Amino acid sequence: MTVPILAAIDWAQIVQLTVSSAIGVEAMVFAMAAIGLNIHFGYTGLLNFGHVGFMAMGGYGVGIAIVTWQLNPYLAILIGVVFALVLALILGVPTLRLRADYLAIVTIAASEVIRIMARSTTLRGLTRGAEGLNEFAGEYYSLSPFKQNLYEWGPFFFTGNNLFIVIIGWILVILLAVMVWQLMRSPWGRVLKAIREDEDAARALGKNAYWYKMQSLMLGGAIGGMAGMLQVIAKSTVQPDTFVPVITFFIWTVLILGGVGRVWSPIVGSMIFWGLLALMENLLRQFVAEGWIPPSLMDSNQVGIFRFILVGLGLIALMTFRPQGIFGSREEMALDAR
Amino acid sequence: MGQLSALQRRFEGNDGQRRLIGLIMLVAAFVMSVPFPALGQESDQGVRVRLQYQDAESGENVPAVGVVFSVTQEDGTPVGDGATDDNGEFFLAVESAGRFNLTIDPTTLPAGVTLRDPERATLTVTVDAGRAASALFGLQSGEGGAGADESDTLRRVLQLTTEGIKLGLFLAMGAIGLSLIFGTTGLVNFAHAEMITWGMFIVFLVEGFAEGIGLLPDQKLLTIALGALAALVVGGATGWLMNRFVFAPLRRKGTPLISQMVVTIGFGILARYVILYFFGGSSRFFKSVSGQSAISIGVVDITPSDLIAVILSIVVLVIVGLLLQRTRIGRAMRAVSDNRDLAESSGIDVQRVISQVWSAGGALAALGGLFLAQADQVLWEGGFRVLLLIFAGVTLGGLGTAYGALVGCLLIGLGVQLSTLFIPIELKNVGALLVMAVVLLIRPQGILGRKERIG
Repeated sequence: MTVPILAAIDWAQIVQLTVSSAIGVEAMVFAMAAIGLNIHFGYTGLLNFGHVGFMAMGGYGVGIAIVTWQLNPYLAILIGVVFALVLALILGVPTLRLRADYLAIVTIAASEVIRIMARSTTLRGLTRGAEGLNEFAGEYYSLSPFKQNLYEWGPFFFTGNNLFIVIIGWILVILLAVMVWQLMRSPWGRVLKAIREDEDAARALGKNAYWYKMQSLMLGGAIGGMAGMLQVIAKSTVQPDTFVPVITFFIWTVLILGGVGRVWSPIVGSMIFWGLLALMENLLRQFVAEGWIPPSLMDSNQVGIFRFILVGLGLIALMTFRPQGIFGSREEMALDAR
Repeated sequence: MGQLSALQRRFEGNDGQRRLIGLIMLVAAFVMSVPFPALGQESDQGVRVRLQYQDAESGENVPAVGVVFSVTQEDGTPVGDGATDDNGEFFLAVESAGRFNLTIDPTTLPAGVTLRDPERATLTVTVDAGRAASALFGLQSGEGGAGADESDTLRRVLQLTTEGIKLGLFLAMGAIGLSLIFGTTGLVNFAHAEMITWGMFIVFLVEGFAEGIGLLPDQKLLTIALGALAALVVGGATGWLMNRFVFAPLRRKGTPLISQMVVTIGFGILARYVILYFFGGSSRFFKSVSGQSAISIGVVDITPSDLIAVILSIVVLVIVGLLLQRTRIGRAMRAVSDNRDLAESSGIDVQRVISQVWSAGGALAALGGLFLAQADQVLWEGGFRVLLLIFAGVTLGGLGTAYGALVGCLLIGLGVQLSTLFIPIELKNVGALLVMAVVLLIRPQGILGRKERIG
């Protein structure tokens, strides 16, 4: 029974879609966002549940600067980073002196405030409400050495623009990972880790824990903002409803899957996460299309929803059975709220 | 170790609990056996509009019925047209994905209602394959407050105060459980939102069942009462089960609180999307209470079902207060919240108290879900939409205190509704969340909290 089904699956297509997804725009954006979150949670122990807010700030920074303010696209990137840094300052001032749960609640609330504000008619002059800002990335793509046609390698294909942004993005991701690796070996990084392990001890040694945590929040937030910028440039559109809270928890799943507090875990975690999601989704889609799963049980709409169910299950299973993820060590994940 | 064996003894040797499990299974079997109308969804690739406006007098959200829309492709080729139904919803299926222009006919709007921005009578939406694309038309009713005289303003303030108290009470139903779970275990339960949503859908399922056995069109009161009972029982059982099979084992393993918190998030996502999977993304309304017209009490308008829900929530909250204040169980809950080690060393069975707190929290959240949904809608993310307001209320009142949760939620409810006097309605929740940030800045322990908690 199972063998004919296995034989009938279009494995070439499944592999192609899985690999494309594992190296595609989403995997790249989430790897970068997870690098930022790793600085927050993995190295400093900050419970940031609103990382998507930083992405939104970065994305809207670029969009608003180019479309609304008609600024130079390179200045726009700077503005995106500044937006994310400002958010980090605003979040950090009231909460970094308090326990971790408060930062968690305030960050998730802040990310929703940003989304609601961005889609409101009140700020429509700035953000164009629910429609968002569109068609602003042309200037960046004029740098692309690739032409508009499709590039194919065997079963894999990218459009020229897509190939350009994916290559630039992954190079940036690797540079950022190397930067984090070096930073965390430095005295500055050791202070962050000391704060994660025992904030009082770090303070007793004369370190200004509050200021170090603020620096960590700003650095990780700026990287999250860059991830948001890459996402909106890749799609050439920035819309409020792409920045919903569940995205934050996708990033968390990516990070925990790879292993919290490890340099390469965001990258590997993101590739595995998106690869697995694409694999499951496309297998299910084929099953549904071939009628192996009765339509009463699952239709093509529900396949998309099923991905989210898998993420929820995955988070629970990871935290219960392997909280250290692929690379992490169990001792380091034995963090407690502070 | 002693605690563990005591736990096992209690679980194996307690008839009461065995009966409870039997009851849960009975309820589950009862619920499963019902044929539900409209479970699952047909493919809904198309353009969707849900049109409603806030009535200038009552402040209620009212669906705009019979408003005509026309849909064209981006190049102007007509696709079709139609009008909104009794829920203010308009849906037009389209053959292929792409971009469409959606035009509203402002002359068909209800009397006194206008487009907030007359230039936005045509919106462009992008329909993805297999998905419905929504468009948002902002409506306003009345003169927009410009010509309102003083007595109108007073009336509006009173009406909004009523709305605020109503919202605050409903939020408090969820917040007390959240706060008690935090107080007794230190865990912020992000899945509490889904316990609220679950309450909404329990009642929805009961209504489907009532319809199936011919109870519904006539016995509305009985149906909704059964629904409330089911929400209490099933919600409480859900809370108990979550603690028994997920969080009690995690605590026993010594899983850190942050990891437990991530597990609650996983649970929240899982439950939210399981509900979306089975019930679809459209909003639904309780058949037993929909279509009621508001009655006037003094100068304030309120629908009968809202009024009953407000009274019931006050009764329930008073009962909860009395239980916490007067009974052994309640005193034990407060003792564990105050100081867990001291409570344990004075002979209180902490694990048992935590289990009771989870059950009570689940029951209250589910009932809160019913109250919220009868005033608004049944939606797969209905609980998640109010979760942040509940967090704001709990933070404002002081994390971990039951009374603080009530006070905080009332203030948040009032703040949300009254802020619409000054800021656009679409931003009303933002105000509440900003209040929370300000509170953390100047009094992080909240109104009724104590300083040592914030550590």
